[in-house]
This record gives sequence, structure tokens and C-alpha cells, in this order.
Amino acid sequence: MAASKTIDGTMIFDGSVARRGYALNKLCYSFNDRANREEFLRDEGAYCAKYGLNPQQRAAIEHRNVMELLEAGGNVYYLAKFAGIFGLDVQDIGAQQTGMTKEAFSAKLMEQRT
Amino acid sequence: MAHIIGGVGTTHVPSIGGAIAKGKQTDEYWRPFFDMFPPVRGWLGRSKPDIAVVIYNDHGLNFFLDKMPTFAVGAAAEYRNADEGWGLPVVRSFAGDPEFSWHLIESLVADEFDIVSCQEMLVDHAFVVPMQLLYPDVDPTGAGAGWPVRVVPISVNTVQHPIPSAARCYKFGKAIGRAIRSYQQDANVLIMGTGGLSHQLEGKRAGFINKDFDRLCLDRLVDDPAALTGYSSEELVELAGSQGVELLNWLVMRGALGEHVSPVSRSYHVPISNTASAVLALAAA
Repeated sequence: MAASKTIDGTMIFDGSVARRGYALNKLCYSFNDRANREEFLRDEGAYCAKYGLNPQQRAAIEHRNVMELLEAGGNVYYLAKFAGIFGLDVQDIGAQQTGMTKEAFSAKLMEQRT
Repeated sequence: MAHIIGGVGTTHVPSIGGAIAKGKQTDEYWRPFFDMFPPVRGWLGRSKPDIAVVIYNDHGLNFFLDKMPTFAVGAAAEYRNADEGWGLPVVRSFAGDPEFSWHLIESLVADEFDIVSCQEMLVDHAFVVPMQLLYPDVDPTGAGAGWPVRVVPISVNTVQHPIPSAARCYKFGKAIGRAIRSYQQDANVLIMGTGGLSHQLEGKRAGFINKDFDRLCLDRLVDDPAALTGYSSEELVELAGSQGVELLNWLVMRGALGEHVSPVSRSYHVPISNTASAVLALAAA
């Protein structure tokens, strides 16, 4: 059984998502290794083919789109390794998902400053 | 006999490691965060732990989703950090204590916690950043294991649901406490729980922070941790955010300390990156 509760704006990474996203997350996991990051940058298409990404996952990688990557089964901790290739951090990821600039996203967090 | 001196709960956000590497501790953004630690270090200086048992969650350095243990206990003589893919400097290795680790493993399994034992285990930012925060005088990129404590990493799956329930994590912590207290050799043991507090990295709710819930958790971790064991995993996601479920690591830590504790230090600061940060030091009674 998948998680039964729906939480707005939240995608619980459970077994059904983990199954759907396995190849994509495996590709992202490989980016722990610098040689793999460089191989990806040299020939992105060949690298995605090597990991057996489905068309939805391949398109999401091509679009650098976090919401599409999540829809395709990506786990955010693994996607962060993909984002890291381009020097992007979790605030860049947050900004892209919420449709804000990074400055606006950071400012929204700073509004809650203690 | 081994003696539990107490526990420390702390945030483990990777960008803290970046701030340390770049020497930003006194920058306006970072100062309120780093200022939370001197009282904790003062207490550690007085209570002198020999071993740190660190409860954390691996984020895809040692464990991939091909094999995802719910609870995994380190049993290595040495633990190495490694490249996680986004540019943090690799931190020097940590000395383990295999004899102590195997005692924990034997005791936990006898206590019906069927953990995974790991004779090799890479430790990621969730382990490394808290150690850097507690021991800032150790050159993090020096050679060899220069840390003043031996370590036992204990990884909890907070990544892929089903994650262990809050109730199970609290019981696991109690079993860790029993295991440590039954170790015959003399050692002062510190328990660390890392991660949290509220934060969410993914989806339209990215950036979610819940100060009221965080403060409730800090209160209950001190005086009534069992009160936190009634939350379901889904309720924790809703209240603390998808990644705020790292609270479970704190609950394991708290379980190991026994019923009564004395607060040494408690602080809370929003935001660090996308996260509500907190540090809680508790002396065991």
C-alpha cells in the first residue's frame, strides 16, 4: 500500500515512487564519482541510455526541471547530486519548484528569521 | 563500565560544511547559528566523552536504494567521508571501536532489533558536519583520524518510506542505551542525533518551516519524549516537512539517555539554507 495521506505540495517518496524512479536515482547516485559527472557532461544522451532512463526521465533530465524529475520518480537527495553538477544548491531547487527567483525564495525564508 | 554522559541533537545541513570550509562562521548570516555551539562544547570539555554514537541518516553516499536498511550499525575500525557530488571538501577519517560496536550489535539483536551490521561504511555530511560543529579545533581536512572521540555511526532510513515509526525509533534508542550501559569496559559515551528540524526540499511546499512544531518537539525531547511517539510518519511529514522527519534521529538519541535528563543548552535559529536549525544538549541523569 502506498502512503494513504495526501499532503499539499508534497510527494512522499515511497515504494511506488522508488520503483518508478529507480533508474533515474541510480544515475544521480553515480554522480558521487567525479569521473561519472565528467562522463555525463561529455555525452549526456549516451550516459542516460547507459542507465536505461525512460523517455519521461530523459526529458526531465534534458529540461533540468525539478518538478518533472520528481514526477519521473526522482528523490530530492539524489536530484541534488544532479543539480550539483551545475553548481546549483537546494535553494536553487526550491526557487525553481515554487516559481520564484532564488533571491525571492531566500528572502521568504529570511522573513521567518528568529 | 560504560557511562552515557548525555546527548546532543543538532542540525546537519550540508551548507554548514561549506561555511566552515570558507571560514564564514562570523558572517552576519552564519554567526547566530555558530553562536549556538560554545555552551555545548564547554559541557563536552568538562564531561570528556571517549566515544560518540552518532544517529543520522545517509543521503545516498553509503547506501543506495538498491539495499536500504532501516537501521544500520557501523562496526569498522575506520570510517571515511567521500565526495557526495556537490563540492564539499572531504573530511579526515574517524577512528571506530569495533569491540564496542560488536557489543552494541550483539546486544541490539538479542533485544530483537535485527539491524544491519557494516564493517565498511562511508559517512556523509549528516555525520561529518555535526562532528565539525562539536570539535572545531580539529583541522577537518588533516591527515588521519584526529578527532578526540572514537565513533559508532548508526544510520536510520528517513529517506524512503516506509520509514521506521517514531515509536519504533524511541524504542530503538532505549535498546541502544541498554546496550551501552551493559558494556564492561570503562568509557564515557556521547549520543548524537542529527538532522532537522522542520524543512522540506521538494515540491510546491519547498521552503516549509513549522516553528510551533519545532518548539513543541524541543520541549518534549527534554521532558516527555514519549509524547512524540504518537505521530505517524505521514503526520511527521505534514508537521515537520518531508525532510523534517530527521527528527527521528533525535528521538533515537533521546531514547538512549534514559527517562530523566537535565538540559545543558537549547537553541533554535531560522533559517539555515531551507532549514530550521536547532541544537539541544542534554545531560543524562
